[in-house]
Amino acid sequence: MKNQVCNIVFGGIGGQGILKASEICGWAAMYDGRHVRKSEVHGMAQRGGSVESHLRFGRTVYSPLVGLGEADFLLCFHEEEHPRLKPFLKKGGMDLMEYLPKAREIIENPKALNTAMVGVLASYLSICEEAWMQSLETVFPGKILDLNKAIFIKARSLRDGA
Amino acid sequence: MAKKTTDKAFLSGNEALAYGAWEAGLKVACAYPGTPSTEILENLSKFKEIDTQWSVNEKVAYEVAFAASVGGVRSLFACKHVGLNVAMDPLMTSSYTGVNGGFVVVVCDDPGMHSSQNEQDTRWVGIYSKMPILEPASPAEAKFFVGEAFTISERFDTPVILRMTTRISHSKEDVELKTRVEAPPKPLEKDIRKYVMVPGNARIRHEVVEKRLVKLKAFAEKTKLNKVEVGSKSLGFVTSSVSYSYLKEQYPEASYLKLGFTYPFCDDKIRQFSKSIRKCIVVEELDPFLEEHMKTLGVKFTAKDPSFRLGELLPDYMKAIVEGQIKKVKPVKSRPPRMCPGCPHWITFSVLKKLGFFVAGDIGCYTLGALPPTSALHSCVCMGAGVTFNEGLRRAHPEDKIVGVVGDSTFVHSGITGLVNAAYNKAKGVIFILDNRTTAMTGGQNHPATGLTIRDEPTKELDLKKLCEACGADYVDQIDPTGNLKEYETLVAERIAADALSVIISKHPCKLIKRNI
Ligand SMILES: Cc1ncc(C[n+]2csc(CCOP(=O)(O)OP(=O)(O)O)c2C)c(N)n1
Repeated sequence: MKNQVCNIVFGGIGGQGILKASEICGWAAMYDGRHVRKSEVHGMAQRGGSVESHLRFGRTVYSPLVGLGEADFLLCFHEEEHPRLKPFLKKGGMDLMEYLPKAREIIENPKALNTAMVGVLASYLSICEEAWMQSLETVFPGKILDLNKAIFIKARSLRDGA
Repeated sequence: MAKKTTDKAFLSGNEALAYGAWEAGLKVACAYPGTPSTEILENLSKFKEIDTQWSVNEKVAYEVAFAASVGGVRSLFACKHVGLNVAMDPLMTSSYTGVNGGFVVVVCDDPGMHSSQNEQDTRWVGIYSKMPILEPASPAEAKFFVGEAFTISERFDTPVILRMTTRISHSKEDVELKTRVEAPPKPLEKDIRKYVMVPGNARIRHEVVEKRLVKLKAFAEKTKLNKVEVGSKSLGFVTSSVSYSYLKEQYPEASYLKLGFTYPFCDDKIRQFSKSIRKCIVVEELDPFLEEHMKTLGVKFTAKDPSFRLGELLPDYMKAIVEGQIKKVKPVKSRPPRMCPGCPHWITFSVLKKLGFFVAGDIGCYTLGALPPTSALHSCVCMGAGVTFNEGLRRAHPEDKIVGVVGDSTFVHSGITGLVNAAYNKAKGVIFILDNRTTAMTGGQNHPATGLTIRDEPTKELDLKKLCEACGADYVDQIDPTGNLKEYETLVAERIAADALSVIISKHPCKLIKRNI
């Protein structure tokens, strides 16, 4: 069997919850039984600078980074960061940029943009429902879990409902 | 249905390392924060069985952790690459004394300088200190290697360096979780010949160290940490750390000598491997550490073009390295970091900019005051230098307008000694302590002047004002700069005009402080 690896690039600027977004997907892929690698940046770069996180999952994954022209999906949270991140997309890869305004519409608090965009992404991935829910329960503390579950589910229907 | 994964977690290299150290029975761990190493102690502090602390600086952290090992328990010290410079004094002699309980020195290098002032390669410290170096290539390996490091430390009576890099520390992987195995602490032994490094004893210990190196080399030849993966006879790589992962992805058919126990070098294994392969290529991040050594072995191989010694290696560079090309990078415009809106540091910099002073700077969020359009910080070399550069620059230019700035955490780390030195040697000027009540740059860790421990428990609070007075400053003022600009400017003008050594503690909490209570 071919080792199919799914490559996803998340990007935006510090404070937008980029790392949390890739975190949710990472745990979900793990709960779904995949081997997962993810990279992120911390420290200085997070002070309002460009933030980028790569996620890769499949049967066996070695590199934590996605090469240029290799991303199956691009989740960009900030219009100005888009030109910088675009070269990661492979030919025929999915750019979820068009969902950004729609995702913003379904949330009240801009902090929830990450969960909404992950919801959109989820509608394209073959990760099972239970793994997603388990992941949300792992990543979000009790108080905000239900809200995030609701946003995730709503955003997932944006794909067809739009 | 989701597969059974109860014994698994999706962890970063730092989290995995902490978990692995806990499993290995770690009892005492010390560090001073520093990206990319900070989360190691943060995660260790969540285990109640481990005595953890933010130490005042890396030298103190190293000594406290190392002494716990001498006391007979497994202990760990963690730092970023430049943090190791501060701990080099105890490190060099701890190699001579050896350990009692296992002692692991975790050092996180930062190729590409995501959050650092230089790009030093810690592997050289192995040669210099005669201590073994382990290099994991993934978070799962970091978890496994830390346990191995404790075993090696106890077996060979040596501290062991576990060298991480940003890409290992800050990348995540699904890892398996196990239970903790704890050995009973050994009794406190008075072994003067082993632990009192006066010349007579140290000479004997030096001999022990040289013999230990020979034994470690023999171990390097046998250990599974240095793994041969037999593949194609026409192409083979000698590699370590994250470079292995990038290559493996792009050259799955090749042969590999993957070094996890990098130093002492496994010469026989390297010779054998390179002989068995038609084209042998060394791929390593940063300095030509393996490359220089392999040249002395007289084996046939090629290595990366020197242009690749700058910055981190990326998956997209592998082809060029294999083909012996030079590094070509397309410049991409990415958004630089900056001080947060409403950060109290802004106020001090706006005042200093207006005055047009040379501002001797230091390391922290306030270093961002050097970026345009503020451009009001004019030097930054290492922690504590905001205080000492004020003095040294004034010795060169006694009549010039010079001040120093330093953060609260940085002042406690290594600014205090500089202030004592300035007072003692009759230096003048104004030192600004930008006291935002936290170590902000590295994500908001407590330090002695916050009055809280690593676990957010209340403790004795260091009184910066009294401390500076005791150091010998002529004037020490404490002021909240926010909403108080006139008063702040008047105070600054007054202190600058005085022929004195003054400290202004500009005190206002960082907006990002979060406590985990
Ligand atoms: C020897 C050494 N240890 C650790 C670091 C990492 N580091 C950079 S700045 C900093 C502390 C910053 O705290 P503070 O001085 O309070 O300034 P703030 O960021 O809060 O403004 C640390 C730990 C370093 N650069 N060098």
